[in-house]
Amino acid sequence: MSGPFDFTLALGDDALIAAQRLAEWTTRAPEMEEDIALANIALDQLGAARLLLSYAGELEGAGRDEDALAYLRDDREFRNCLLVELPNGDFAVTMAKLLVLSAYQLPLYTALAGCADERLAAIGAKTRKESAYHLDHAALWVRRLGDGTEESHRRMQAGIDQVWPYAQELFAAQPQAPVDPASLRADFDATVSAVLAEATLTVPDSAWAPAGGRDGLHTEHLSYLLAEMQVLHRAHPGARW
Amino acid sequence: MYGNDFSGEDAPGGLLGEVEAAEAALRAAAERDRGAPGQDVDLAAYFAEVIDADQKIEPRDWMPEAYRRTLIRQIAQHAHSEIIGMQPEGNWISRAPSLKRKAILLAKVQDEAGHGLYLYAAAETLGISRDELVELLLEGRQKYSSIFNYPTLTWADVGAIGWLVDGAAIVNQVPLCRCSYGPYARAMIRVCKEESFHQRQGYEILHMLAHGTPAQKAMAQDALDRWWYPSLAMFGPPDGDSTHSAQSMAWKIKRFSNDELRQRFVDMCVGQAEVLGLTIPDPDLRWNDERQAYDFTQPDYAELMRVISGDGPCNRLRMEHRRRAHTEGAWVREAAAAYAAKQASKEKVAA
Amino acid sequence: MSERSERLSVSDHSPLWEVFVRARRGLAHTHVGSLHAPDAELALRNARDLYTRRQEGVSIWVVPASSITASSPDEKDAFFDPAADKVYRHPTFYDVPEGVAHL
Repeated sequence: MSGPFDFTLALGDDALIAAQRLAEWTTRAPEMEEDIALANIALDQLGAARLLLSYAGELEGAGRDEDALAYLRDDREFRNCLLVELPNGDFAVTMAKLLVLSAYQLPLYTALAGCADERLAAIGAKTRKESAYHLDHAALWVRRLGDGTEESHRRMQAGIDQVWPYAQELFAAQPQAPVDPASLRADFDATVSAVLAEATLTVPDSAWAPAGGRDGLHTEHLSYLLAEMQVLHRAHPGARW
Repeated sequence: MYGNDFSGEDAPGGLLGEVEAAEAALRAAAERDRGAPGQDVDLAAYFAEVIDADQKIEPRDWMPEAYRRTLIRQIAQHAHSEIIGMQPEGNWISRAPSLKRKAILLAKVQDEAGHGLYLYAAAETLGISRDELVELLLEGRQKYSSIFNYPTLTWADVGAIGWLVDGAAIVNQVPLCRCSYGPYARAMIRVCKEESFHQRQGYEILHMLAHGTPAQKAMAQDALDRWWYPSLAMFGPPDGDSTHSAQSMAWKIKRFSNDELRQRFVDMCVGQAEVLGLTIPDPDLRWNDERQAYDFTQPDYAELMRVISGDGPCNRLRMEHRRRAHTEGAWVREAAAAYAAKQASKEKVAA
Repeated sequence: MSERSERLSVSDHSPLWEVFVRARRGLAHTHVGSLHAPDAELALRNARDLYTRRQEGVSIWVVPASSITASSPDEKDAFFDPAADKVYRHPTFYDVPEGVAHL
């Protein structure tokens, strides 16, 4: 799993599942302004997903478009990391997920912008600006929750602790891929540890490193997410919307 | 054209053209300068003069207490409707049948949150805080549009909301762009401009369904059947029973009666339904040559009153959802306030 | 400028901010509306999301509404009339000879 198709599909799935989870916050955010902000980030992720999945479909050459890839695959065929499929939890868990995801996506897309594949480079150039904003937003909230009240500190640390093990999978080496994720780890560690320090939070120390998403071995959560996302599309085979 | 609003014929560019005309009228009214009231001018007379001249009342102007109260009630109700109105459509974001539709719907629901915030800000210029308004909503002491107490059962309902509910809202809101209260008129101009895509996306959804598979077409017709009369009811009770109308019209808060707007809406929809190939569920709907308008069956106003008073299919669900989001977000808002206070005191020490 | 000098002073966890947006390079910042936020950083973020969703701006200012001192309309004549006779402040006061460009 390191050819251009697998690689592009995995990034597209990351963005799609992240968008699906973030969109679940709509009408539920802690403040109305934040409802708008989370929808913006979800829209960015969804936009990236559409570009990446469309391109993956072209690379595959089997006639699958973005919707065929999004709606007509089962969970064993999805290649997203486990991190994005985890349930939203409370706002702290969501911000912890967003911090880890965006601190990974930013150097990834930045590297992609300079890669040899022109299409991926164009996608990277567009999405890295969005990732910078997502990272900024996540960091802003992690600081506020970490250094806010006693309760928010407790919840934010718990959120980081819960999410942290899932970061490992993001950086598994893929030497043949357009960008080797292993090369992004140092950048990620520097970004995240600076944010956590400022937020008076501690970097969790955990040897547990759940993985499998890139091989289609997911958590139990993904199948439910897909069941909801795909239900209408699958109920009307061949229909146009 | 100024002060006369639309004549019944669409301004160039349709509804969006009317919004632009309203904006131009607002600018023109601002150009016709009016000195401030002198020392011994009767403030009430001055207020009446401004209204008569189709100029705008601004926040620090003197205004009758009843004008202020009416505006607070109406703008708040409008803001609450935008916020609660996110729920029925938000219900389908996770299941939207294509990624393109998912993106459009998410952006639309997000716009509604934005519109709610513009309107809360307009209400706040009248001397009430957003916190207070939110509390009034959560305690059930202020209303929101009855339409959002109906469920979205199928994807076609998302289309029907865009076409009919947003369509009715626009017919209601375009005249509000000329409302006598400046901040409300300006907020409505912004809202109406942004909403122009909402109705079109709804219509497009229904058009795709109506020209799709038999199951899709049936879904579209079913949605029209369920949303038609509740949409007509959105214009409020018939003029004879409307409690606030006369005074609001005199103050130029409201510029057309409920029945005038309802008629205008029906006349617009008939042709649009024909293009869709769907049937409006009203056997008595027919063109009246004498009135140059369609005759139609009135919605069930008793049902409207039941829904407004809390017994619609989804009133409890919508309110519970809003209350839960507010309650569960409290610790986040407290954390942000605590962080801001800490930072402010650090800055003070540093200074 | 502030439209809220008479609003109730609820001790707000999330005070009101006035938002000014520069629509395009070369234009002044214009008041576009207001919003709530606990601090300046969040206010700026919220302003971006609320008032520039459709690329309406290239630059944003946020100002705590409580920091704005407004003239009252009753004072308007005394406050603004002195400027009315200073037409020379306005460029249209000057006749530009034909053939002069870029002035």
